Amino acid sequence: MEENIAESRSIRTDASEVIVRTFGYVVISIFALCCLLPFLLILGTSFTTESAIKKFGFNFWPKEFSTFAYKIVFENPDIIVGSYIVTIALTVVGTAIGLFLVAMTGYALQRPDFGYRNGISFFIYFTTLFSGGLVPFYLLVTQYLSLKDNYLAVLLPGLLSPFLIIMMKSFVRSIPHAITESAKIDGAGDFTIFIRLILPMTTPALATIGLFIALGYWNEWYNSMLFLSTNMEYRPLQLFLYNVVTSADFVRNSAAASNVSLRDVPLESMKMATAVVATGPVIMFYPFVQRYFIKGITVGAVKG
Amino acid sequence: MEKVLQTAVQSKTRTARDGRLRRFWNNKTLLLMCLPAIAFFIVFAYLPMPGLYLAFIQYNYADGIFKSPFVAFDNFRFLVINGDLWRLTFNTVVYNLAFILLGNVLQIFVAILLNELRRKWFKKVAQTLLFLPHFISAVLIGLIAYNILSYDYGLLNHLLTSIGMDPVKVYSNPHVWPFIIVITFLWQSTGYGSIVYFAAIMGLDNEIIEASEIDGANAFQRIIYIVIPWLKPTFIILLLFSLGGIMKGNFGLFYNLVGANNTALYSSTDIIETYVFRALMTNFNFSIGSAVSLYQSLFGFVIVITANWLVKKASPENSLF
Repeated sequence: MEENIAESRSIRTDASEVIVRTFGYVVISIFALCCLLPFLLILGTSFTTESAIKKFGFNFWPKEFSTFAYKIVFENPDIIVGSYIVTIALTVVGTAIGLFLVAMTGYALQRPDFGYRNGISFFIYFTTLFSGGLVPFYLLVTQYLSLKDNYLAVLLPGLLSPFLIIMMKSFVRSIPHAITESAKIDGAGDFTIFIRLILPMTTPALATIGLFIALGYWNEWYNSMLFLSTNMEYRPLQLFLYNVVTSADFVRNSAAASNVSLRDVPLESMKMATAVVATGPVIMFYPFVQRYFIKGITVGAVKG
Repeated sequence: MEKVLQTAVQSKTRTARDGRLRRFWNNKTLLLMCLPAIAFFIVFAYLPMPGLYLAFIQYNYADGIFKSPFVAFDNFRFLVINGDLWRLTFNTVVYNLAFILLGNVLQIFVAILLNELRRKWFKKVAQTLLFLPHFISAVLIGLIAYNILSYDYGLLNHLLTSIGMDPVKVYSNPHVWPFIIVITFLWQSTGYGSIVYFAAIMGLDNEIIEASEIDGANAFQRIIYIVIPWLKPTFIILLLFSLGGIMKGNFGLFYNLVGANNTALYSSTDIIETYVFRALMTNFNFSIGSAVSLYQSLFGFVIVITANWLVKKASPENSLF
């Protein structure tokens, strides 16, 4: 049926249709290329010799091919593997706990028979309207919670967000309340209903929200930069990348361990190689889960 | 008589209290389920709020929060007199206006064009590529900009010199940065943001389009008279929502693009978030940082309330509260 409509429409092609469509293909192609090329620029440069970079600048296609930068990055695999493990651990643990809490809170706040739902919803929502700002937050975490140089300072603040709880509420809203009610009549408690009935029914929502949380942890660098100092041996990947990108000394120090004379350290290509190593997994993984992110923005964006 | 009244009042208060207790008891499991979240927001969102008291004292490390001298509004006066507050407000608000307006217009443009395309595989590949920039970290965005703009090795200067022009020193010229920042923002957010509009177009009834075709409307007329008016409510709602956040800056974007210590660019790139960050991490001036934060929160609060009031007028079912 849908095919038929599409066909019957494409039969009546006048000039305006052709113009619009051609324009669309051209503009979207250009835009898509603009989105892709910067990644190729980084990839290309990471495989270029330092001398070629000095001569020709950054390039999409390596003028002189070399894997030297990757060799140095992995020469001392301890640091980069450690960073990977820290990031993966933060992502897995944070996503598991965060997703469970978001789902539980979102479900409870969506129950029409929950007497305090409006009060608690506002309590959570208010934090997006008014905040203490960075300085008190920093003092809280470093002085009162004593979490400086502690991975918990990165893990804890990322667990929940009002945005995700609101998104969960909109997902739960599509499940008829009658299901909860009939389970209650059968004698099930609220928590049992949530675990045994609601969670299995909301798996697409959980996938979406879980991916949002996971992406947040993988790309996390802000709290890491605030609370984890450079004398920590293993830093989350994005902070590691930030240090490599912004500090030549940092690169020289980490390369010094691999018996390369300081003069020969390929500063520029090492930045790019580190970026490829830190970002690669996300880009490889992302096309397979893209549809969940699309679902998330269409559900959560317009109304909480 | 009096006694009767008294017992009536007593039993009334008792039933009220009983009702409250019963309500609490009936909701206990659901309340427990919310408890972790409530604790989380108390610790990470509500506990820092009293810390804004820092804005009214001259904080020094030796005396701590409670013994540092109270200076009332001196920190704010300082910020007004030296012009920082005005410059930060201007930069933050104007950047956000550019992000919101250009962003939404471009998102609509992309959504409409995507909708006109017929080849399914092309649409899929294009969307995947358009969304890609949304999924990378702010650090990588900074590195990409460096790849293009770097004076010695950047792609831009490579292209300029290859066509016989002089290379440009982008990282010391504050005038070009508004364009760079806005373009980077659009590059990162347009594809993903267009989904909302694309979904809205999908909700457009096919019969309306067919009827217009029977009436002889061509592709331009279809877009101008049917699709764009159809998107108008979504546009207005999204616009008003984003206006609520007009005092909030995108720290990651600005910080990674401009760099931590590039003072030459502050005049055109310093926003509230970057200023507060420097006050904390570089100048250790906790009081000034808190004063700016408090100003931002209060001003932002008023704007959200106003925006919500406008949403309520435009479409009551979409208002936040």
